[in-house]
Amino acid sequence: MTTTDIPRPADVGSGRSVSKKRPRKTATGGLRQAVSATTLLWIMACLYGFPVLWFVLSSFKPASDLFSYPLTLVPHNPTLSGFRAAWDSANFSQYFINTALVCVITTILTVGVSCCTGYALAKYDNRWLKAFFLCMLATTMLPGEVMLAPEFLVVRNLGLYNSFAGIILPAVLTATGCFMFRQFFLTVPDELVEAARIDGAKELSIFLRIMVPLSRPIMLTLAILSFQWRWNDYIWPLLMLNDPNKFTVQIGIQSIVGAQNINWSVLLGASVISMIPLIAIFLVFQRYVMGADINAGLKD
Amino acid sequence: MTKRASDVSVSPPSPPRRRSKYTLAPLVLIAANVVLFALFFVWPAVIGLVYSFTNYTGVGVFQWVGLDNYQNLFGDSTFYDALTRTLLYTVLFVPLNFVVSLLAANLVVSKHAKGGSVARVVFFIPWLLSPIVVGVLWRWMFGENFGLVNYVIEKFGGDAVPWQSNADLSLLVVVMAAAWAWTGFTMLLFIAAIKNVPVSYYEAASLDGAGPWRQFFSITLPSIAPTSFIVILLNTINSMKEYPVFVALNNGGPGTSNNLLVQYIYETGFKRGQIGYASAASFVLMLILMAVAVVQLMVNRRVENR
Repeated sequence: MTTTDIPRPADVGSGRSVSKKRPRKTATGGLRQAVSATTLLWIMACLYGFPVLWFVLSSFKPASDLFSYPLTLVPHNPTLSGFRAAWDSANFSQYFINTALVCVITTILTVGVSCCTGYALAKYDNRWLKAFFLCMLATTMLPGEVMLAPEFLVVRNLGLYNSFAGIILPAVLTATGCFMFRQFFLTVPDELVEAARIDGAKELSIFLRIMVPLSRPIMLTLAILSFQWRWNDYIWPLLMLNDPNKFTVQIGIQSIVGAQNINWSVLLGASVISMIPLIAIFLVFQRYVMGADINAGLKD
Repeated sequence: MTKRASDVSVSPPSPPRRRSKYTLAPLVLIAANVVLFALFFVWPAVIGLVYSFTNYTGVGVFQWVGLDNYQNLFGDSTFYDALTRTLLYTVLFVPLNFVVSLLAANLVVSKHAKGGSVARVVFFIPWLLSPIVVGVLWRWMFGENFGLVNYVIEKFGGDAVPWQSNADLSLLVVVMAAAWAWTGFTMLLFIAAIKNVPVSYYEAASLDGAGPWRQFFSITLPSIAPTSFIVILLNTINSMKEYPVFVALNNGGPGTSNNLLVQYIYETGFKRGQIGYASAASFVLMLILMAVAVVQLMVNRRVENR
């Protein structure tokens, strides 16, 4: 069993995924097709990439050049002043540390809890596990945003208002994470569990010693997804946090946008800085996201 | 222990009966999520339902007002505007995102297109940006006096387009921004589905002389139907609860013309302190989402059983 590749989920069926490659016969119009498909692909990629490129390059312009006509793609006098101003202003470095802390803790908890739940849902079978599975399904249909006010009251009653725990704990439960692990563990043969039981292993040590190490690729995939969700979260931290020293990056950026006169130089700098961690993580662990057979855990 | 061992080796018992012996281990494993589910899903849902029948303001005492909140809600033109705007946004966003993501997925996996793996990263990067940053980015592109888009339009002799001060154009910019940002993730779902279509179907079709368009409509599209349903379902839910992109791009404006439901709930609940009234609005949104989910699942089941 290779641990680096993410196995396809069970519902794909062995017969359907015989080969991933698709050696289609090059028909008479093969070359024309290749040219048109490649052109279309790259026109589309340029359309998608251009806004980001324009945004990032603009952030290197000095504040005085931002609005000077004619607009140029490449800055004449590239400068880091926008970034420096953003980093120093409005406690942005503190926001950055706060967000990183929240993201790391939430991600670790999410991966751990989802792994346990996913395994239980996949490898055990009784009535209330099925009921709980349906409960989890309900949470995907009814996201937290629709219950903003009551959820706020609950967290306040728990005494978690204006604390990081108030943003971390409600975010740990994710149906997507549980279903991803469930689908992975469904592909792990039951015989493996049986063999361990025959050897006298306890249920929980089967899980910890055999199953957890096997699921490492899924852990990484979910960790990246979870990190992205939490890093980009806006509305919940906005409701929960009152103390400016605890604000997250997204709240910081939105407070610059919400100002009467937007300071675009600082705004561009702050936005680009906030993009860096996720893009860096993504580029390093790319194949865990791209190679993953993500289907949001719902295809079943 | 020996009993269990012989049990397995002698005869292959039916899995459900064998597994149901274990109750403690799965309970321990799901305990954390059960607690979280009870605290942050069941409890808010219950008190939300209760408060929606009261005039609770978040502090102090409250009175039972029966169905008043719901009656007021249906007479509230601001609520109607938010609701219709949300539905309009959903109707525009879901198909647009569906089409561009499917196109991107097909091009990326196509054997004819060169550079698919690089393009896939390009398509995916917008998904990594936060909704706030997406809003800022498109605001920067579509600024009325300073944006690149109007600059280019004027360069070619056109007039500046009121991207910010016209309510409908403003909504359109958000639709484009959101479709752009969500393409990466939807595309991944489609890529996974397309790769699972058996190659032999395409081989047989091309032997029979079916062109790429015919193959797409007769093989790819029906084969990925289950994924398509999930994509539509998830995107519908996501767009019904959209808020951060709007807040960063045009702050629900011009004026309040693009205030969506979540923003309406947020403003009535937290800025005006009408928790009871906001809870009622939440429940209307919840009912809509449930209806969407049920319809989707029913259609999905019918298609799969056909």
